[in-house]
Amino acid sequence: MGIGKNVHKYTGRQERIGLFTCVPVYFSTNSRFLLWVLPLIFLIIAFFYPLSRILALSFDPSTLTSSNLLLAFRVLLFTFYQATLSTLLTLLLGLPSAYLFARYDFRGRSILRALTAVPFMLPTVVVASSFNAIFGTRGLFSFLFPLSQASSILHPSPFTLILLAHVFYNTTIIIRIVGNALSSLDPKLEQAARSLGADPFRVWWNVTFPLLRPSLFAASLLVFLFDFTSFGVILLLGGSQFATLEVEIYLRVLKLPNLPLAALLSVIQLICTIIFSIIYTRFASRSTIQLAPRSTFIKAKTTKQKLFVTIFCLLLSAFFILPLSSLPFRSLFRLEADRGQRGEVQYGVTTDYYKELFVNRRGSIFYVPPIRATANSLGYAGATVIISLLLGFPAAFALAKPTRLERILDPLIMLPLGSSAVMLGLGFIISFGKWLTSPFLVPFAHTLVALPFVIRTLQPAIASIPQCLRQAASSLGASPWEVWKNIDLPILRRATLAAATFAFTISLGEFGATLLISRPEYPTIPIAIERFLSQPGGLNYGQAMAMATILMVLTLISILLIEKFRLPNSGEF
Amino acid sequence: MLEVQHIFKTYEGKPLLNDISFKVDLGETVCLLGASGSGKSTLLRIIAGLEDADSGSILFNRADLTPTPPHLRDFGLVFQDYALFPHLDVNENVAFGLKMRRLPQDEISRRVADALEMVNLAGFGHRRVTGLSGGEQQRVALARALATRPRLLMFDEPLGALDRTLREDLLNELRSILHQTNIPAIYVTHDQEEAFTIADRILILHDCRIIREGTPADVWENPGSSFVSGFLGLGNIIGGIYLDASQVETKFGRFSVHCEHEHSKGDNVALLARPRDSRTERSEPNGERSRSVVNVISGVVTDVIFQPERFRITLDNGLYFYLPNAPKVGEKIEVRVKVECLA
Repeated sequence: MGIGKNVHKYTGRQERIGLFTCVPVYFSTNSRFLLWVLPLIFLIIAFFYPLSRILALSFDPSTLTSSNLLLAFRVLLFTFYQATLSTLLTLLLGLPSAYLFARYDFRGRSILRALTAVPFMLPTVVVASSFNAIFGTRGLFSFLFPLSQASSILHPSPFTLILLAHVFYNTTIIIRIVGNALSSLDPKLEQAARSLGADPFRVWWNVTFPLLRPSLFAASLLVFLFDFTSFGVILLLGGSQFATLEVEIYLRVLKLPNLPLAALLSVIQLICTIIFSIIYTRFASRSTIQLAPRSTFIKAKTTKQKLFVTIFCLLLSAFFILPLSSLPFRSLFRLEADRGQRGEVQYGVTTDYYKELFVNRRGSIFYVPPIRATANSLGYAGATVIISLLLGFPAAFALAKPTRLERILDPLIMLPLGSSAVMLGLGFIISFGKWLTSPFLVPFAHTLVALPFVIRTLQPAIASIPQCLRQAASSLGASPWEVWKNIDLPILRRATLAAATFAFTISLGEFGATLLISRPEYPTIPIAIERFLSQPGGLNYGQAMAMATILMVLTLISILLIEKFRLPNSGEF
Repeated sequence: MLEVQHIFKTYEGKPLLNDISFKVDLGETVCLLGASGSGKSTLLRIIAGLEDADSGSILFNRADLTPTPPHLRDFGLVFQDYALFPHLDVNENVAFGLKMRRLPQDEISRRVADALEMVNLAGFGHRRVTGLSGGEQQRVALARALATRPRLLMFDEPLGALDRTLREDLLNELRSILHQTNIPAIYVTHDQEEAFTIADRILILHDCRIIREGTPADVWENPGSSFVSGFLGLGNIIGGIYLDASQVETKFGRFSVHCEHEHSKGDNVALLARPRDSRTERSEPNGERSRSVVNVISGVVTDVIFQPERFRITLDNGLYFYLPNAPKVGEKIEVRVKVECLA
């Protein structure tokens, strides 16, 4: 979930390509297809071949038994149920917040708005761990408010936790999409309605709401899509009894092996995702017929307005700060006895959990010190950056000014995003089973997920370079290589850094596919967190918190870097 | 009818409206003329109840409107960018105010048809408003405001987004509609031609205040200040020093002028030399005499522009005049002008 969602931030970029779009002089028309060779070969081997294997497996008559279909239906129903509930809850928090940010000016407004967007970029394991750190059975609240004396609100059920984490993740979508629509609504429309005799409620009902409806539906659908394909949050917070499609696929691959059933489930998942995406695209295009930009925010004046602003500021701050801060807190405080620890237990501040990461304990769940997971993650991330840039650059050059054929190829490149990470992992297992013992499959799986983001980041930057610059350089005697080195590269430096950081961040946090294909002796940070969380004892739990904190800090740094490198006026979504 | 009393308003700490008071009577069209940013639109929104004044009050038929929310004031408002509801068609836009008043359906259809008829848009009812031209959209906005038969109509730069010919046509239609319906109206614009065409009375807004108020003819003939003369483009404004016996010494020569205000010797005064009230003086062979002659300006012609029935002549000293015959560029001429004293 945490990975696939970011693309929507960039899909809007395509339209912004200026008048000067063109392929650089150093690619002749005839050699354009050379640009496509590498990315297409990669996609065919890493995505379409596994996809075809999955399809073949799932449409095998022996797979389509009534018991399999019944189970698939039950799982689908539950997936719909939790996604619908999550979406409704997200709207409940998101709509008033969107209104708050679109209409009111208050101190700390932009910081609070940025804060609500942070979870969106965080890896699922970090979000799951932080909710665990507060509400879980070993979390903060269990120690602060022991079960006997506190209400059940402070000890939510796993299912409630899942819903809360989904709200935490996706509220920013509602705030951005609906809030932007709301703030670009011409205030004169409402003034006109007022002067024509409409009271405030009827202004809202007859004018504001109908105009917001397309963006409201688009935003809700997007949230629904992310909740529908959510994996890490559900697995880590709920466990395997909450069998959504994703979780069930995972179970049928690793725990109760039945690959044909897993294949069937992932095909159902893919079909649903594609249908939702198509409907979303419809609504999203309709919601863009907007209106004059509003630049004025009002200060809360009446008591009612002040109350609204204050309550929502507090609510949002608490809801978004609490989970993010509880993670580092819990990683530095000992609240329970370590496993096997006897006698006097030292409670309070400790750095043991971090120190322990460097120790290779006998009987440890790893064969190596846990900190090696960080090294593995960084290694995989570095490899992902290199592979995805190598493949992304030629594709982005070709797509900067696409021919008709390339317009068809464009959605093909984006397709891996539509399929879930668990499905990608399943495809790798079915297709490349014999290579699973090597650690080299992981960066390729990560590249599959990161490539669309890399291309979408590079493409507008390449398109923004006027062709005349390159022509001027070559007329002044620069060879194609020198043109690239002296014109493209300096201009593309920022975009390249942003794309690289994207690939890096995605690889660091990738959970679903990695969980399926990674070797036990080469764990990544998210995998290590998952294993620590599933082990008893305060020490394991503390190490999970420590690892999650490390991952969170790495991701936050990456987010800051991406924001810094992105084209200054390339918009938000 | 409408009485605006001592309205004060500041915007981000700076004064925007400073003690604005005026009245609008039944059937009267009052035009607020001022540069953009002079607070005209804010004043309209205050009257409509969409914004609060810092102090002052709005009265209608002697009743204070301060506690009345905008939707109960029954004032029609027409915006520069039309503010049509994009999700409704033409009929639904015009019917909006009537629906808000919960009129019966047949009454609504009848009034919508009447209003569309009045703005020459009969038959446009089922068109989407986003597909209409600018002029058509503004007619729909006008019909929408007229359909509710408001007690007062307010126009905020209604023709600002339209091209010139369309603007003239619509302006004339608007004039006749306002006369027909007898609804009092406030018309805000920065375009003086529009103002002089539509207004029964003009208020000129400058420096947060109303600095001149009167009928179009009165304001035109007696601008009263160099700002108004300059803003309306009435002619050349010449600064000078008051001598005695209604004589003013300027860098262009000495002028004899009748001043309504008392001036004492040495006062700075501004003179208005309208380009239309001028004629060429036969140049005397004897240059000595013309120096003592008052109200004659001499200069070398730098530009001659043909305009319908006259020529616009610009001299090397920056002044311009309308003359019936065209001199040659480079020719030295003398122009006898009439000057007025601007306070």
